Parts: sequence; C-alpha cells; structure tokens
Amino acid sequence: MRFAPHTDEDVRVMLEALGLDSLDDLFTQIPPSVRLDRPLELPEGLSEPEIWAELTSLARRNLSLDELVCFAGAGAYDHYVPAVVWALAGRSEFVTSYTPYQPELSQGVLQTLFEYQSMICELTGLEVSNASLYDGSTALAEAVNLARGTPGRDRVLVSAGVDPRHVETLRTYGRGAGYEPEPFDLEDGRGGHPEVGPDVACVIVQHPNRYGILEPVRDLFGAAHDGGAVAIQVFDPLSLGVLAPPGELGADIAVAEGQSLGNHLSFGGPYLGVIATRMDLVRRMPGRIVGRTVDVDGRTGYVLTLQAREQHIRREKATSNICTNQTLMAIAAAIYLGWLGPQGLVELGKRCASKAAYAAERLAGIPGVALRFPGAPFFKEFALRLPRPAAEVRDALLPRGFLAGVPLPEPEEDTLLVAVTERRTRAEIDALAEAMGEVLA
Amino acid sequence: MTEAASAQGPEASVPGPSLEHVGAPVRRQGPPGAGTLMDLSRPGRRAYSLPALDVPEREIPAEHARRTPPALPEVAERDLVKHYTRLAQMNYGVDTGFYPLGSCTMKYNPKVADAAAALPGFSRLHPLQPEETVQGVLELLWLLERALCEITGMARATLQPPAGACGELTGLLIMRRHHTERGNPRRRVAIPDSAHGTNPASVRLAGYEALHVPSDARGLVDVSALEKLIDEDVAGLMLTNPNTLGLFEEEIERITEVVHGAGGLVYYDGANLNAILGRCRPGDMGFDIVHINTHKTFATPHGGGGPGAGPVAVTEALEPYLPVPLVTRDEATGTFRLERDRPRSIGRMHGFHGNIGVLVRAYAYVFLHGREGLREVAERAVLNANYLAHLVTEAFPLAYPGSRPMHEFVSTAAPLKERTGIRAMDIAKRVIDLGFHPSTVYFPLVVEEALMIEPTETETRESLEAFAHAMLQAAREAETDPDLLHEAPVTTPVRRLDEARAARHLELRW
Repeated sequence: MRFAPHTDEDVRVMLEALGLDSLDDLFTQIPPSVRLDRPLELPEGLSEPEIWAELTSLARRNLSLDELVCFAGAGAYDHYVPAVVWALAGRSEFVTSYTPYQPELSQGVLQTLFEYQSMICELTGLEVSNASLYDGSTALAEAVNLARGTPGRDRVLVSAGVDPRHVETLRTYGRGAGYEPEPFDLEDGRGGHPEVGPDVACVIVQHPNRYGILEPVRDLFGAAHDGGAVAIQVFDPLSLGVLAPPGELGADIAVAEGQSLGNHLSFGGPYLGVIATRMDLVRRMPGRIVGRTVDVDGRTGYVLTLQAREQHIRREKATSNICTNQTLMAIAAAIYLGWLGPQGLVELGKRCASKAAYAAERLAGIPGVALRFPGAPFFKEFALRLPRPAAEVRDALLPRGFLAGVPLPEPEEDTLLVAVTERRTRAEIDALAEAMGEVLA
Repeated sequence: MTEAASAQGPEASVPGPSLEHVGAPVRRQGPPGAGTLMDLSRPGRRAYSLPALDVPEREIPAEHARRTPPALPEVAERDLVKHYTRLAQMNYGVDTGFYPLGSCTMKYNPKVADAAAALPGFSRLHPLQPEETVQGVLELLWLLERALCEITGMARATLQPPAGACGELTGLLIMRRHHTERGNPRRRVAIPDSAHGTNPASVRLAGYEALHVPSDARGLVDVSALEKLIDEDVAGLMLTNPNTLGLFEEEIERITEVVHGAGGLVYYDGANLNAILGRCRPGDMGFDIVHINTHKTFATPHGGGGPGAGPVAVTEALEPYLPVPLVTRDEATGTFRLERDRPRSIGRMHGFHGNIGVLVRAYAYVFLHGREGLREVAERAVLNANYLAHLVTEAFPLAYPGSRPMHEFVSTAAPLKERTGIRAMDIAKRVIDLGFHPSTVYFPLVVEEALMIEPTETETRESLEAFAHAMLQAAREAETDPDLLHEAPVTTPVRRLDEARAARHLELRW
C-alpha cells in the first residue's frame, strides 16, 4: 500500500516541467559508486488488510493486561485511562501537528501545554514546569544537568531508594556530562545519610521510593540544603492528592514518570517526562516552555518562550539537546488531570493507599511470606519477601491470570514488588492471595 | 523578478487554478471570553468516576499527608470535551492541510498504523512483563530493527532512543566509547555550519567540543577545509545527507575517507533519510553510526512536537556498544529476549524500551510500503520538491541554484526584502491567510531570509500548485500591497503575538 498520490500523468507533466526524462534524472547527484544497484531486501509491500492481519497476529502473541490482573509497577502503573482522554488527545489536529513554531496556527497545542504546565505546578507546589521531557529516567538526567550549574559542585549523590533504571540512565548520561552517580545507602528501606560536602551538586531522593516506601524527605533535603546542594525529588504524580508536594518538602527540582497521567502502558513508551522547579532556575530549564502573551490586537495568546535556552537558537551552548519531546502525552496528562480534578486526585490516592495496605496484609498473611520492610510506611507499592525466588512465583501465577508483581534481580531475588492501583478490586486481591498461597504451599 | 512579471503577476506561469477562496483553515475562536480550563472551574463540579472503596480506608501518616488538595480545575466531563475540542480546532495538522515545513517531513500519517498501536496486545503491555508473555512485540521490534538495518546498510540497531536528539547522544556516546576503548576519547566532533541545532547541543552533552566545518559556494561541505580541520583530536564528523539545504553531498566518499583516515567515525543524521530510501544507503557511503527519525521518514505522527522515536543503527564493529537491553533472537528456539548482559554497552538511554507505540506505527509503515514502495517514497518526495521549487523560484530563488535539490529546497526572500522590506516571516504569515501552513523560515542559519520547503511525497500536484500560487501571490503583494503582509495573519484565532513580552513578563502558568 502506498500513499503518494501521483498518477502517471502527474509524473509525466511534472518531469516535463523540470525538463527531465525520467525519475532517475532526479538522483544524478548521487555518485554512481554509492548507489544501491539492487532492490532493498525487504518483502513486497502489503495491502492494508494484510498488514492488519500481520499486526493483529503479532499483538495476539502477547498476553495483555486485558488477560492478566496486573499487580506490576516499578515505575509503570496500571491506572485506569478514562475514555475521554484519548477521545480528545487523539484528535488528529493534535496528533498530526508539528511543534508549535507558528503560534497563530498552533494555539490549541500551546494553550493545552500551558494548562499542563499550570497543573504540574499545582501538583508539585513548584513554580515552573515545561512542555514535557521523554520519560522519568531521562527527566532525572536533565534535572541533574540543571542542578550541576555551579562550578566546583560536580558530584551527584543518589539515594539507593531511587529506581535502578533511573540510576542506570544517569550513569549513561553522566559519561558524557562528566559525573558518576554516587549512591548512599538506605536504613531499613528508607532514609540514609548523604554526606553533602562543598563539591556536591545535588542530592536525589525518590519518594515514594523504589520499594514504595515513604521517605523522610524533609530530613534528607535539609541535609542537602545545609551542604549547599540542590535537592531533587523523584515523585509519583498520582500520589500528590494525598502526599505532601515536593515544593513543601523542600525539593528544588521535582521529576516524575508521567505515564500514569492518562497514558497507556504500551510496553514502556511513549511515556512522559515531568519536571518542575523554582523560578530562579527557569533560564536554564531544559526543553520547550509555553508562555502567555497578547497579540497585536491585545488578545490573549500563547507562544513558545525563552527559546534562547534551546538548541535551535543556542546550539552548543543550549541547556539541553532536546527537540522532539512528548507533547501528545502531556496533552493527555492535562485532560486526565482535568477529569480527575482535586477531589478525584484525593479519592484516587486514598484508593491506591488503602487497597495497597489491604493487599500487603493479605499477602503477608500467607505462610512463609512477609513484608520485606515491616513497619515502613508505603503508598501504593510494597516489597514482599518470598520463600522462593520471586520470578518463579510470578511465573507460576501467570497461568492463574495474575501478573503478580515485579521480581527484583540478584541479590534481592527473593523480593517481589507489588503495586496496587485504584483499578484492583478487593476480590482480585483476595484471589491473588489465595492463588499465591496455593503456589507456595 | 522583472517589472513586467511583477505587473502581470508571476503566478501566471504556474499551472492549475489560482486560489479560488482564501482564509486560514484554523479560525475557530470559541464563545466570547473562552479562557483556560481553570476559568470553567466551579467548586464541587466533577468529571471523575471511581469505584467505591471496597477495603478499609487507610490514613496517610500525618507527617507525609498533603494538607490541602492541589487547585486543579473542577469541571464536568462535558466541559472538558467542549474545551479541548475547541482547542483542537484552533490547531493545524497534516490532516488539516498542506504542511511544507522543511526538515520536518510532515507527510501523511496512515490511520491503520494508529489503529494497530492501539490494539490491547500492544498498548496494554507492562514493560516488565516476563519475556514469554511479550513474544509478539519483541518479534515486531526485532523485525523492525532488521528492516532499518537493511534500509540504512548497517549491522545492528537499538530502538530505545525516544527521539532524534536522544539518538544523536546515543550515537555520540557510542563514538566516545569506541575511542575510549582505544585509549583516548578525543576532544572534538566536527559539524557542518548548516547542521541542525541538536547536533552541536548533543556533541556538548557527550562531553565533546563542536568543531565547525564551513560550506562551500555550492552549499556542500568544503572538503579542502575539512581536510585541514580533521586530525587525531577529532572523534568524528556528524553529517546530514542530503544536507539541510536539501543537497546531496556529492563528495561523500572523500568526506568519509578523510575522517576515517584520521581514525574518526562518521555519524549520519537521519533527518533527511526520506530522500534516499532504496536509492542509496548511509552504510554504503561509509557512515559508521546512523540515527533515524521515525516521525519523519516512517510517518509516525508528530503529536504537536512529540512523541518521536530515534533508532540508532551501527556497523558490526560498534555493535557491542549499543544500549541495553537489546532485543535478540535465539536462533535455536526462534524465541526473542531482551539481552541485558552486554558488558561493553554504553548503558541505558531510556527508562524502559523506548517509544514502543511509535515503533509499532513505524513497522506498519515500513511493511506497507515494502522494497518498491519505499523507493517510490523517495522518488515522489524528490519529484514534488523539485516541481515546487520550479514553481516558486521566480519569486524566491534557490539559495544554491547550482545544485539540484532533493526532497526539500531552500529559497531565499533576500532579494524581495532588498526591494520591498518584506521579510521571510511576513511571507510565512501571509501564506497562513491564504490557507496554508507556511514553510520553515530562517533555517538553515547559513542562508539569509531562508524559506525551507519540504512538500513530501504524499501531496498531490494540485496542492503543490495551490501552495505555489499562494507564495507567488504573497510575493506580488509585497510589491503592491505590503500592508497585507505586515498585518498578516488576520484570519487566525490570534494575530501576531508579542514574543518579546512573553519572554520579559514570564507568565508560564495560570
């Protein structure tokens, strides 16, 4: 199937206008020695019914969360995506538009991003956000670059409670930027004692942390600030109806994986990198920022602003290399947050916390199973210690219809991370407890 | 343009009907006073719908609890739908009309690709599901990787980078790793002066300095200057080919030879891959690393600025450095897995596996077209660009008339500005009133008053001719009625916006 609309007559007329004999004449500037003198080794093109059959067949070879009851999290969560979100974000005027460099033709995307930025500021208690970054991990790498702005302050301290995939991403980005993330240990799954010397740029804390546990964030950020470092919090956007916001906890920069804000799990992407910070850092903020202004008639309108920070203007002196971002995911997030509203966000947070607490009690009641960090407060995810390797237990529960959680790699292979969203029912939790009990019996 | 041509109207030379009706396709303004979603908020109004709490309520410990809920808008679902439908209507997309943005490849996005990505078997997969439950998507990624390697002439590819700029950083970190393993990462990366801004920005993020390579009078890399610049301190060269002027680097073999001669690597910025599909391949030109923008070449929707996907393909020698995890196929069993144990890898560039929903769409596009279809994409894209260049060149001469453009061309409004004071931006804004999205303006930076036009292969001859009429009409009006251009646009929901004020009085939230 092809989408070029040219008839033979079109091609003839156009070539004639150009004074050319054949389409090959359009490519004469390619030196003969590098021309491909054979067809690409790809199949013949397919018709639409054929590609549809192929793709549906590939899709059927996966076990989707329509077929498994999902208790997996570890950074990507099975929250409900209301129908209205993609009915609106999926409108083709949004989907098929480009970056809003011509603001008069792009007020829809620009205003929606302005609304997204506003809602992220409200959620986080911070002053400024942007038009999105790629995902949670790369948003953290951008936050570290933003925090490493003071000469002589280069070191990056990372709590061992930060998602290991975030830390791996930092390690990769750090090879170019010239730092190596330095972990500081937890005590019983939380806290720790970062030693914040005068050469430390930033202290990174994830709250709730990689085990789902609530961190003593104020203490950790107090230590960061006492040492003159920037405090970076990795947060869960859907916790912020019930948990104190990063701004109140002392975070200077807050980043998150925004997938849970109305975006599908999609095997890992496209997701949404969320960032918010203080106004005094705005001129070094990575990525596009939308501002409100007026047109020549005094009418309110929206534009991309502070573009002098960005790569297309500042080139090698830009604060980031990001160009294409995750705008459509930010549009979905704005619509989703509008759907939830303040009360919905609180209610959703209560459901996650209460159902997770119930699930933890039920699962820890199975003989041989225990909470790995008993007594530690958690939000919607918790670490279970199992009497057998967690991956085995997870696999044994698949045929029973459960994706029971995310098993941790060595040396924590006895630990299963279990996440409980508002979608999970008491009946599903009870059924999981029963099935896990049988599997372990 | 001669006096006579100007009096007669240059568009007389363009075939096809002239503009019968004008006016921007984006004119929705909504009811008077329509503001933000927050302006619609009324205490107690709600859209959300959640099941009743069916377990005992658990209080958040007081020291962690939020005291007051965030001040999000309180609206009904009906309000949401009206508000964001209105905003969507105030936006121009490929589905709305012609979108000839140079360097962006705004081609038609096939609907079947969107429908496939929305299948629960792709959209409802957790990224950390066990491999045996995701064999279908892993096979799709593996087949897409194989196809991209064949199209680019490379050995292996990572599909992890979520956008082109991230692909650039991935490629540069691979370059860095290659040199580091040889004892010296080197210090600089060479970039032509016509390059996209992401190139120098990525170079710096990879810990290198940008070394600028001048263009020659034809708009191509100045090879003799390059020969003088390249030494053993240069890690490599980043190059777009065709370059950002839409011109093929005819001395490409000499260029890659010069860089390789000093032990450097050559990086292919795939922004313009659309022009050469099935005609030639970066691997055959001597490139070592290639990034691909699926949202350009393979028609995945741009989404108002993202998401994209930026796969990076490399030669066999560089394969060990590709990011983890990498999808591999077990030849014995025919099963697919995510290989994490790759000790020489640069590491992870994304939290999970990349923008999978985008890659599903790219897969659909590649296999819909197949070997002949992809070659036809390049042919028709280059045909359309050359035809449109031919139609508008009288008023907007090519910046580099000596070379035949490929899938896009760069014209200049400099002569027009000289005569009339009308700038490229004024032309762009007037073209909006005549019913089109304008071209890219003021890029590449090496061309004065640049108008960078990329029609893509999915436009009809009629739409090219209609756009040419609009461009030529605007050029004529620059001479006869310049206020029309200074005032433009007048048909859009807002007119020219005060960007200086936006930057001076920062209003970045409600």
